[in-house]
Amino acid sequence: MDFFRKFEIDPRLVGMLAALAVIWTGFHLLSGGSFLTPRNLWNLSVQTSAIAVMACGMVLIIVTRNIDLSVGSVLGVVGMLVGVIQARWLPETLGLEHPLTWLISALAAMALGGLNGLINGSLIAYLGIPSFIVTLGGLLVWRGAAWWVTTGQTVAPMDGRFRSLGGSVEGAIGASASWALGAVAIVAIIAAMLMARRRKLSFGFSVRPPAVEAMVIGVIVATVIGVVMLFNAYPLPVNIARRVAEAQGTPWPDGGLFISHGFAIPMIIALVTGIVMSFVARRTTFGRYVFAIGGNPEAAQLSGVNTRRVLMQVYGVMGVLTGLAACITTARLNAATNSAGSLDELYVIAAAVIGGTSLSGGVGTIVGAMLGALIMQSLQSGMVLLGVDTPLQNIVVGIVLVVAVWLDTLYRKRLK
Amino acid sequence: MSDQRTPLVEMRNISIAFGGIKAVENVSVDLFPGEVVGLLGHNGAGKSTLIKILSGAYPADAGEIAINGQVVAIRTPRDAKASGIETIYQTLALADNIDAAANIYLGREKLTPWRTLDDAAMESETRKAMARLNPHFQRFKEPVSALSGGQRQSVAIARAIHFNARVLIMDEPTAALGPAETAQVGELIKQLKASGIGIFLISHDLHDVFDLADRIVVMKNGRVVGTAAVSDVTQDEVLSMIIGGKCPPGAIAGPGAAGSAATNSPSSGAHRTVQP
Repeated sequence: MDFFRKFEIDPRLVGMLAALAVIWTGFHLLSGGSFLTPRNLWNLSVQTSAIAVMACGMVLIIVTRNIDLSVGSVLGVVGMLVGVIQARWLPETLGLEHPLTWLISALAAMALGGLNGLINGSLIAYLGIPSFIVTLGGLLVWRGAAWWVTTGQTVAPMDGRFRSLGGSVEGAIGASASWALGAVAIVAIIAAMLMARRRKLSFGFSVRPPAVEAMVIGVIVATVIGVVMLFNAYPLPVNIARRVAEAQGTPWPDGGLFISHGFAIPMIIALVTGIVMSFVARRTTFGRYVFAIGGNPEAAQLSGVNTRRVLMQVYGVMGVLTGLAACITTARLNAATNSAGSLDELYVIAAAVIGGTSLSGGVGTIVGAMLGALIMQSLQSGMVLLGVDTPLQNIVVGIVLVVAVWLDTLYRKRLK
Repeated sequence: MSDQRTPLVEMRNISIAFGGIKAVENVSVDLFPGEVVGLLGHNGAGKSTLIKILSGAYPADAGEIAINGQVVAIRTPRDAKASGIETIYQTLALADNIDAAANIYLGREKLTPWRTLDDAAMESETRKAMARLNPHFQRFKEPVSALSGGQRQSVAIARAIHFNARVLIMDEPTAALGPAETAQVGELIKQLKASGIGIFLISHDLHDVFDLADRIVVMKNGRVVGTAAVSDVTQDEVLSMIIGGKCPPGAIAGPGAAGSAATNSPSSGAHRTVQP
């Protein structure tokens, strides 16, 4: 305990990384070496991203002692609307495959999601209807509405640029861009750490010993480089690589060409969302108020915090992130279907809770929730890899959720 | 004898009802700079409700509040703080999951030039403030749920006095404290009083009130029984004001006094005060 405190390392985070390591090695051994491959991990990163994006918002909601059961249905209806916008309306006004189609669609999705979130939030904050009820109603209303948009018809295909938001080949940024992104990340992380350190020193507070700081930086740099190498080690399939080579005017050699996938765009979206939301949660007054409300709503109000407005805004943020996740999901499926996002609310809540968010409010981290999403998705794709039937998958995920929360409860009790 | 100075706080004819029950009815009290006024009464007498109106937690149904003679509208805790009114609540009103600095600055955070939270600056100021109140306090990095009762109390007090309050409301400030810490709070009240801050002190403990207050206001059933300088009444007389609503000769009867002609009509003289 003292060791973790001294070096400002969150023991719970270390525990989750350990759990992830166990799950990954376990599946790797059981599947005869096909889990920890660049290809599988790349797919895992894409599959996790939509849940991870929504989990960032769910953390804030649960921290304020509320819940949102409607995110899966909202994802469904927003996905349908986005499908209709880009497959029916925009081609008629702007023309097919217009360069702005993807952007207009994505912005519309986030605006629609955000608007819905603000409405939910005002019902909860200003009319005092319990969030469980408002969003349970939303779950039914928006799933029904998703069907209504096209009376149940699937809308496809999506715009080509929009499709890259969902991963697949169009959504892979390639080797050099991945290296560039990795370098930017390393520089940004080191700069942020040094700035925080200097700020603490200027007030005479204790900081980590330089050797430890250097070690932490070393681990981060090595991790980033490792991740870039991993995703660059996954080549494009031969026929697509050939098409890419032709487009670039590179001659196609007999042995074929190794063209890397690199990072997938949905993964980048999820990571950027995580960074932005961590910043919002930890460094802004809004984030501070969210946590204070979760700790003691009355105290926050007596301190002059406009608790109702903050609560409404939290749901607004959740809505925007749900809109973003709707884009990722619709783009990945290359189709808008009215069942998209079914049960996502439960996965998102589970991700947040496995990630250490307390349902009694006041406690939770964005990093934890994203790791929680990764753990959930690892379990699921690992079981798919092993050929486990869907019903059994659900049973395992359900049990893991309960056990994870039980372990977290034990940890908290020991802390007290 | 009426005071010629302008009161720091003047609450005039304040009323509030919750679902038809009149929690505070036509209450007038005032407070002068450097004065400690003890608010006394049973549970449910309306004293906590009255100070929650002053601290902005409840907007009053009727009546007005003047600060330094200027009528101000206090509808929210923010309004009260803007008028220099700070409150130490009986429940302390701390958010347990965040640290001392975050609690002290909650609602008025220090920001960096980039409009982000300046936690280092807030912690630094908190260290200075706590060094004066509770020199042994060292747990700045931990959520306040990890602190002892006395430490939590000092965080709540630090929050109230850190922003140059002119009026301090203390609701049972010593209820959670041991004898040594209670004496410390008494010392603090004397210091604050000497620096010209006006204090409303709510307490069950008559000894405390007689020690610290200049004047007492006794409430019963939402109304003022009477007001008196502590030198003009005995503790027994005050007890019978609290229990029986009987106003002794040394006190000025309010509208809530038993048998008083003013019982059912607002009395213009009810809030006239004795020189502290």
